[in-house]
Amino acid sequence: MYSRQFLEELYRTVYTIRVFETECIKLYRQGLIIGYFHPYLGEEAIATGVCAALRKDDYIVSTHRGHGHCIARGGELKKMVAEVLGREAGYCRGRGGSMHIADLKTGNIGANGIVGAGIPIGVGAGLGIYVRGGDQVVAIFFSDGACNNGVFAESLNLAAIWDLPVVFVLENNQYAVSSPIEEMSRIPDLHRRAEGYGVAAYAVDGNDVLAVYEKTTEAIEACRSGKGPVMVEAKTYRHGGHHVNDPGLYMPEERLEYYKARDPVKLAREHLAAQGQCSECDITTIEQQVLEAMEQAVEYAKDCPAPSVEEFLKEVEQN
Amino acid sequence: MSEDKGRPGASGVRQLKYREALNEALREELRRDESVFVIGGGIGQRGGSYKVTVGLLDEFGPRRIIDAPIAEASFTGAGVGAAITGMRPVVEILFVDFTSLIIDQIVNQAAKYRFMSGGKGRVPMVLRTQGGSGNGLAAQHSQSLEAWYYHVPGLKVVMPSTAHDAKGLLKSAIRDDDPVIFIEHKLLYMTEGPVPQDEYTVELGVGDIKRGGSDVTIVAWSNMVPRVLSAAEKLAARRIEAEVIDPRTLVPLDKQLILESVKRTEHLVIVQEAVRRGGVASDIASIVQAEAFDYLDAPIEIVAGKNTPIPFNVQLEKACVPQEADIIEAVQRVLHL
Repeated sequence: MYSRQFLEELYRTVYTIRVFETECIKLYRQGLIIGYFHPYLGEEAIATGVCAALRKDDYIVSTHRGHGHCIARGGELKKMVAEVLGREAGYCRGRGGSMHIADLKTGNIGANGIVGAGIPIGVGAGLGIYVRGGDQVVAIFFSDGACNNGVFAESLNLAAIWDLPVVFVLENNQYAVSSPIEEMSRIPDLHRRAEGYGVAAYAVDGNDVLAVYEKTTEAIEACRSGKGPVMVEAKTYRHGGHHVNDPGLYMPEERLEYYKARDPVKLAREHLAAQGQCSECDITTIEQQVLEAMEQAVEYAKDCPAPSVEEFLKEVEQN
Repeated sequence: MSEDKGRPGASGVRQLKYREALNEALREELRRDESVFVIGGGIGQRGGSYKVTVGLLDEFGPRRIIDAPIAEASFTGAGVGAAITGMRPVVEILFVDFTSLIIDQIVNQAAKYRFMSGGKGRVPMVLRTQGGSGNGLAAQHSQSLEAWYYHVPGLKVVMPSTAHDAKGLLKSAIRDDDPVIFIEHKLLYMTEGPVPQDEYTVELGVGDIKRGGSDVTIVAWSNMVPRVLSAAEKLAARRIEAEVIDPRTLVPLDKQLILESVKRTEHLVIVQEAVRRGGVASDIASIVQAEAFDYLDAPIEIVAGKNTPIPFNVQLEKACVPQEADIIEAVQRVLHL
């Protein structure tokens, strides 16, 4: 059984990701955020469950759909909002944007605009641990879409032959942009590919934060004790299209309804109420705190100055 | 530990092969800094195809001298990830031609990470590879692709022409906090040159005058340097004194050294092995015409590879990369002789 405090933390994180994405989409509609923005709505339990199982000195590698990973690792909302608004005070000084947020203080090596490209980078963080010695681990988030990219296969093999402390977290949201997994792979249970590389693999309900937490904890224990890499496939479903301007009309209504009925926020809330014995009133208080924190982050970011063009051009001059 | 030119005959100077000098650089840096490790195909047991990594496995063991499968994109990506998290990997790609497989990890990841992270992240990684034609390896093992990497902001590009420079530059590249593309030349590995016994480094971005002269400036790098020096001797017999400048690193480029020389000689020939179209020579020419136009006495001459894949047949191969005679002709043209 889990402590109320632990379940509260899980719920706070899941809910924070939900609120961050929802509020940012509003900012996008107001024209304050431009470019690409890939919401993690519907997948919040995966980042939350995985990161809850990690230690502070561990690493993660994120994806283009990376806001949830950054938040779950303890990223600062103010710096995140400032970045997606393109401000100097943002994580990347307004030079990276939504797809490139990295936070080395929390071991977040960073999001990535290239599908699959983070996988070998995460393996490299694992290789560094192997060369240095120590018992850190790396959690690499990637998607079903990335599984059909060459570096997925190569990286799985590298981690396997060197017994690297890597947890491959396969977020199977069942769409590669707009292409359904059944059409992109003959075997939609993608974790089955791991066996061919000698890598242990598990499937887990990606919408249930506790299920993700438990399975990842097991995987991390194996990694830390030097047994080599593990794959965890978390099945989930986006609540919308690939990015904020994709209505996702290709997503069948009934399947979306099925997954929305198993909404990760709802499930985490139920865990907190049932197992955590947390009253409706107390849960509402948590939600209120999250909403206020996000409101403050947005206010802060809106007031932050844009990066100086002059300073930028001076920096560029040195290249 | 300033640069020592390693004059032959000076005390504590040995004759070393280019590949031996590179081996020494790796060995010294592996000893000096525990975060340095080497990864690539066949570099451990086999000691590398060109024998640059011979003996390293014995001294440093399999955790730091890592034989990788033929998975270039991913073991290069692993270098990037290790570098971001505090290591100093030296990644070896056997032929620069094979770097086509790692372009995403170099161009989209390594080159941009520092910038995209708002300056907080660093990728202190060296990518060692070798290129060039000259021994019948045909179209996919003979290219000179430095312009690809020269083009991408965020990368440094190093192309040593001597044993001395190879060692000093590799040590600097390993200590540098940014990704460095270090391109050796397959025909240079067996060439010998003076290398000081004492430790030294060669700073990135500092070119070298390989031969002084007052009539014409010739800029060349990598394996074109010995070819140009040989041409310069023939020209000297005809009382034409060429100044030969080896920038050694294309990024950063020692622009001042080139400009100062051109201002003295008033004539410029640039020699590159790579194909003419879209090459580094064109860019150097554009810099010089913009910044020293009034000093030039004739249009800048570029001697470059033909716009073709490298053919297998030896005569055809020779015909498409600059030879001594081509260099001499270009110098005569630029001097109106």
